[in-house]
Amino acid sequence: MLASEQSKQLASFAKEIRKNTLFTIGNLGVGHIGGALSIVDLLALLYGKVMRIDPTNPVWEERDLLVLSKGHAGPALYATLALKGFFPMEELKTLNQGGTNLPSHCDRTKTKGIDMTTGSLGQGLSAACGLAYAIQMDKKDTYVYAIIGDGESQEGQNWEAAMFASHYQLDHLIAFTDYNKMQIDGTTDEILNLGDIEGKWNSFGWFTQRIDGHDLSAMDNAIETAKLQRGKPAMIILDTIKGKGAAFCEGNVANHNMAFDLNTANEAIAALE
Amino acid sequence: METKEMRGVYCDTLLGLAHSDERIMVLEADLMKASGTIPFKQQFPERAVDVGVAEANMVGLAAGLSAAGKIPFAATFGCFASRRVFDQFFISANYAKLNVKLVGTDPGISAAFNGGTHMPFEDIGLMRMIPNLTILEPSDPVSLKALVQECAKLYGCTYMRLHRKAIQPLYAEDEVFTLGKGKVLKDGTDVTIIALGAILVPEAIKAAALLEEQGISAAVIDMHTVKPLDEDLVLSYAKKTGAVVTAENHQIAGGLGAAVANLLSTHYPTPMEMVGIHDEFGQVGTQAWLQTYYKLTAEEIVRKVLSIRSKS
Repeated sequence: MLASEQSKQLASFAKEIRKNTLFTIGNLGVGHIGGALSIVDLLALLYGKVMRIDPTNPVWEERDLLVLSKGHAGPALYATLALKGFFPMEELKTLNQGGTNLPSHCDRTKTKGIDMTTGSLGQGLSAACGLAYAIQMDKKDTYVYAIIGDGESQEGQNWEAAMFASHYQLDHLIAFTDYNKMQIDGTTDEILNLGDIEGKWNSFGWFTQRIDGHDLSAMDNAIETAKLQRGKPAMIILDTIKGKGAAFCEGNVANHNMAFDLNTANEAIAALE
Repeated sequence: METKEMRGVYCDTLLGLAHSDERIMVLEADLMKASGTIPFKQQFPERAVDVGVAEANMVGLAAGLSAAGKIPFAATFGCFASRRVFDQFFISANYAKLNVKLVGTDPGISAAFNGGTHMPFEDIGLMRMIPNLTILEPSDPVSLKALVQECAKLYGCTYMRLHRKAIQPLYAEDEVFTLGKGKVLKDGTDVTIIALGAILVPEAIKAAALLEEQGISAAVIDMHTVKPLDEDLVLSYAKKTGAVVTAENHQIAGGLGAAVANLLSTHYPTPMEMVGIHDEFGQVGTQAWLQTYYKLTAEEIVRKVLSIRSKS
């Protein structure tokens, strides 16, 4: 359980990430707001408590790693990294501008604190397996966290990686499915039903949990429980709401990549106060 | 000199490297037997990973291992190493500026009995479109060993076509090779034959001998690295001989011939002909039958040389 003070701090951090994600995309005028906002609480927990990081040394060898396989949610991660001090907050204004360090999809060669380049859906979990295999080989105590989308879970490569992680018993790999139940063309149920998602990961040999992805305490417990498992990778399926926390887009299937201006962003930011 | 199985040389070379560099790893997708890397698995079980029949995951895994500082050599048949995992190799490895050594075995007609589904005539063309990627095809056991060592030293992705079967050495054991620097196997003054790989480089040498009988002096270059192309060498021999024939076990479009033509057409237009596959799929057959069918022979190289000379 999170202590109440820590819980408040993390909730406050999540609110700041949300506000800055809204600002970053609203300032540009268009972006992947829905799937960025749905993972904000997870990012607040990971970067506010769980992960071992050093913003002054983004390539520290003893750090925990994150592969944001749903790379289009980059702006939420950029807001998180900027708030942690990996780079100046001012940089958030440069999203998607020519020459920026903050491209729409995560790029390890451009952004301090980004551990893997992603954007072509389905590839991140394989890279996370490689990072976790190296941790196992080198007998390190660090962890690899991976976040995949629910629509992204339709990509077959995820299931190749799922078999691999289980076969090689990668217990320092903890993955999350951002199950916001929406994808570009509609709901996941309409487009390509994920079916028994928990059963799928269980049957692939993963230690699987399913919880509310906006409940910081529940997520913290799930991660702690995952770390106690030996010989199995862990999947934590997060029930989330796409666009969580911004009334103009929350739960709206059109929010995958939507246009909105800074006024709209500012109204949503004010409402979060 | 005795022939040597290229896959054996590949594995021995990696083992040699692995003893002094613990970052060296072998990745396979259920073709460890075919690639000849079982001895590596026996000596370094944890550093040889068989991912099963899952090439996309293998390339992504290699990218992750590379991000953690390892040097993974990931091999599969060339058809899968190129067509099947192009996006994984493009994005997770190359765009991410990682250090993945991808190996495509059984290039072109050497896929023989596996037939058209397994016969990559387009892998070099695909790979040439990836910025900064180093692309190579060693022609014999000596150059294979040296160039695998060079690949390991280089930080950056590489794509190597690996002929698995037994091949006659063309070079002395102590020959030195540099990625991006072609080898002049025979000097000449009338025409330059620029060849690639374990089938066409020996054919080019034979062709040069046949031409010699007709009083034509042909230079032969083993252009083991297609990218970056040894532009200085190509230009100097184009100037010296005034005629160029390329020869490769690959589509004319996108391959070595196209790379040489790109260079010469913009820098020093030179009469040129190309030996290779002319917009056709592969098919099943013995390698010898396929070599005749697709005209990947010394005789065809000679015919192309004579064709240039008849036009001039």
